[in-house]
Amino acid sequence: MLISVLLLGVLGVAFGLGLGWAALRFRVDTDPLVEKIDALLPQTQCGQCGFPGCRPYAEAISREDADINQCPPGGDAAIRALADLLGREAKPLNPENGVETPKTVVLIDESRCIGCTLCIQACPVDAIVGATKLMHTVIQSECTGCNLCLPPCPVDCIEIVEARVNPPLWHRSRPATAVDRVVLQ
Amino acid sequence: MTISLKAEFEQAVGKRSHHFHGGLRLRHNKKISCQDRVGPPPLPELLVVPLLQHAGDISEPLVQAGDTVLKGQPIGQCQPCAAVHSPVSGMVEAIEVRPMSHPSGQPGPCVLIRPDGREQWVDLNPMADWQTASPESLIEQIQNCGLAGLGGAVFPTHAKMRDGRDRKTHTLILNGVECEPYISCDEMLMREQPGKIILGARILRRALGADRVLIAIEDQMSAVQKALTACPEFANSENISVVKVPAIYPEGGERQLIQVLTGQEVPAGGRPSDLGLVCQNVATAAAVAEAVTEGKPLIERYVTVTGNGVSHPRNLKVLFGTPVSHLVECCGGYTQDVARLVMGGPMMGYPLESDSAPVVKASNCVLALTQRDIAPPQAEMPCIRCGECARVCPAMLLPQQLHLQIRNGLWKPLEEYGLKACIECGCCDYVCPSHIPLVDWFRYGKGELRTRALESEASELARKRFESREARLLRLKQERAEKMARRKQVLNDKSSQQDRILASIQRAESRSRSKPGGQGSGSADDT
Amino acid sequence: MTRNFQTGGSPHIPPQTTVAKVMLQVLLALVPGVLATTWFFGPGTLVQIVLATVFALLFEFLMLRLRGRPLKPFINDYSAVVTAVLFALCIPPLAPWWISCIAMLFAIGFAKHLYGGLGQNVFNPAMVAYVVVLISFPQAMTNWLPPLALAEHSLGLADSLATIFTGQVPVTGGWDAVTQATPLDTLKTGVDAGRNVPEITQSALFGAIGGKGWEWIACCFALGGFFLLYKRVISWQVPVAVIGSVLLFSLPFWLVDPDSNPLPLLHVFSGAIVLAAFFIATDPVSGCVSNRGRLIFGAGVGIITLVIRRWGGYPDGVAFAVLLMNMAAPLIDRYTRPRMYGE
Repeated sequence: MLISVLLLGVLGVAFGLGLGWAALRFRVDTDPLVEKIDALLPQTQCGQCGFPGCRPYAEAISREDADINQCPPGGDAAIRALADLLGREAKPLNPENGVETPKTVVLIDESRCIGCTLCIQACPVDAIVGATKLMHTVIQSECTGCNLCLPPCPVDCIEIVEARVNPPLWHRSRPATAVDRVVLQ
Repeated sequence: MTISLKAEFEQAVGKRSHHFHGGLRLRHNKKISCQDRVGPPPLPELLVVPLLQHAGDISEPLVQAGDTVLKGQPIGQCQPCAAVHSPVSGMVEAIEVRPMSHPSGQPGPCVLIRPDGREQWVDLNPMADWQTASPESLIEQIQNCGLAGLGGAVFPTHAKMRDGRDRKTHTLILNGVECEPYISCDEMLMREQPGKIILGARILRRALGADRVLIAIEDQMSAVQKALTACPEFANSENISVVKVPAIYPEGGERQLIQVLTGQEVPAGGRPSDLGLVCQNVATAAAVAEAVTEGKPLIERYVTVTGNGVSHPRNLKVLFGTPVSHLVECCGGYTQDVARLVMGGPMMGYPLESDSAPVVKASNCVLALTQRDIAPPQAEMPCIRCGECARVCPAMLLPQQLHLQIRNGLWKPLEEYGLKACIECGCCDYVCPSHIPLVDWFRYGKGELRTRALESEASELARKRFESREARLLRLKQERAEKMARRKQVLNDKSSQQDRILASIQRAESRSRSKPGGQGSGSADDT
Repeated sequence: MTRNFQTGGSPHIPPQTTVAKVMLQVLLALVPGVLATTWFFGPGTLVQIVLATVFALLFEFLMLRLRGRPLKPFINDYSAVVTAVLFALCIPPLAPWWISCIAMLFAIGFAKHLYGGLGQNVFNPAMVAYVVVLISFPQAMTNWLPPLALAEHSLGLADSLATIFTGQVPVTGGWDAVTQATPLDTLKTGVDAGRNVPEITQSALFGAIGGKGWEWIACCFALGGFFLLYKRVISWQVPVAVIGSVLLFSLPFWLVDPDSNPLPLLHVFSGAIVLAAFFIATDPVSGCVSNRGRLIFGAGVGIITLVIRRWGGYPDGVAFAVLLMNMAAPLIDRYTRPRMYGE
């Protein structure tokens, strides 16, 4: 009896040491978790999640200070990807943070712009070009649709427009399947 | 392949034949459209010429409403892509957004031309002697004439030629293997105008700097073989062989044809020019011959109008922009039980919502099908993982895995399982006992992958911009803080205080002296 | 004058084969084996087939209703019938009627529908059912009959029906009078008791190679299997791998010690190896996707069956082997992804 206990104990210690050595010897350097989370976020930098940008939100998620369902621009796809990465449960988007909307960009009405640069200072990705007393314009390909430029504008000359899709970039929508049709009934 | 075919193949190519994985033997249904000689339909009343007829971006219009145009005049330009030319002489009525027979089904800008019936050509620039012209000038002539691949992919021909030239091509393959059922336009072209094809082959070979040309045709096209080998141009050319390959769908796919002819596989993500091969459709070759020797831009093509839904199936020589309804009228109109109109063949064609859609460079066939032709015997069922789809896939993929991954949104493994390599031939769809619309799923999946790649690129860029902005703001903050610190330091330095006070008094006095009648403007000390 | 049309996805030639057609071909291929079984062992198996089919369709109907799925394509796809027939071929001909009922509940209800229905089952439903009733009711599941030629009392249709529905054998002496161990069972108990294999296999029960009656049944199933191969319903990898691995791995044992190991051919022709090779392990849903994967899957089934037969507690381990390999199938798939064009 004693022999078996001792023997198993020795074996356990031996295997434990072996596993520890293997963990060190075969270690793979991976990105820190924050980078991985940040890579899954849409980089809109809109602040709808409650954090000043995507990186602070990623850091909060990795510290488990924030939930994964707080990003409306990322939508369901981002939530599911984060759930996959972190092994947490995928939940629906938190309605307190906003709703998922199709991609939009903003357009400055040049006839009303007064050149105050308040929107330029607000844009988190420097997508607005202009200077004091000179025309401001949005570089539409860089605009992430965060809409942070709308509140500061004193003359309300910025409007939200839908982002266009080129025919070469158009793609077919998801086929409706018999099973989907049954469930939708 | 039968023994005699194998021997013929070896003689023509110099090596034994190979076969590609999978594929299907389908009923040809081509004879019904090959009974009559090919001719043009009467001139339609209005031509709708889309500005996007090739793979690439939409062309810029060169004309506007009210302009008169001549036949062959350029009306759309697009720098890296193929130009668009007017198919008739007449007047431009408008440039509007109309259905443009694009696989996406989306409408786009089209030039509406009303023909005046005179068919007056613009001044053409044929090349005087192509045999001594430089290959680059040949390619330029091809580009100016707006040539694009007429096999269906409408890749700009000059781009393919330049790429092939840059990478040292040794063999030009002319693809006359019309593997899809019903389509017979290339076959009729080869039977009626073999000389042009051979001429086009020689021109292309010279432009590429290649050694030899292989013209591939299906094994049942004996009339075509006779026509090609009997024509005088063939007798006068060297190193051009006509090769018969087995009629297994999709033999006419570029990658499959290359595998059969050479035994080599085009590397994944690569192009045939990686192997020193360039593949062109026979109709493109004929168009090249016309472009170089006659200066004629690409304004018309052979189109097969066929199917059980058309009274009199035949091939027509059609000007681009002709509405499909006009063609069907020319073929005796629809039959009673027509149910679907397809642009292209039954395997890869896309359905048309309305027959006002125009004929474009990619239109090789207009297929009218009856309800009996398209009615599926069973509703769609879940996948039973039988593996038939993988057995017939010419790209050696696992369609059932791809389908499951797309359905469940598993985007990362899709790259590994090669969704991008899918040629959308429809073989897997055809054998599926559960009748799952696999090709539709793959098209959706490909689109999603593309969109995701673009989105991740865009978000990466946004992140970089955000980070550099943050860095810039931080830097500005730091500089300001340093400046403040330095000022404070100087202010607190008691030793030099007296000197500084004296210096600033002197400056103020000198300023008030230089400004007559009054104090200095009260400008503060500048340190 | 323009005309509008309905659109639909390409290809515009619909497939000619359907799930029902595939299943019917499988049922057709089973006919020779069923006939052989009836010829050698009496009409009991036919009754079991009918019972199992009825219960299977009943549970399929119930589960479809419970899940809110349409009846139309699913009841007619004959997949439940195939499961029922395969199960009925694995159980003793005189098993009580409630065995089929419980088994089909597990096969259709649990192993098929609770995993998602047609095309979604991880485990082979017929084998799940068989294993469940085997472990739960070992007595009822081991009352095998001897071949009619060797039986003292042979039961006709009426007697078989009576036995199945009442549980009592209408013959003096009851169950003991009519049942006898199968060849594999006899072999196992004999070897465990220390007797010589050649001596054991002398008895008339063992027929020419694998068991009187059983060997012919195996041949008939093989015939059906070749039909399926010809019709391309199954691919050759799984049958070749199962039978090949059984032959290959029992050969060295027999060569080294012929006294305690039977002929490799005996392994193939007795028990359910041939049925498994062509009909059970080839179940596409629970098997592997790639051809190399199928070879590994089949080899695994063969080897595990041999291990259980030789060292395990059951005379025939095919069902357990199939279920264990079903578990391994997704992993095998991951590592045997076939090469794509151009890779």
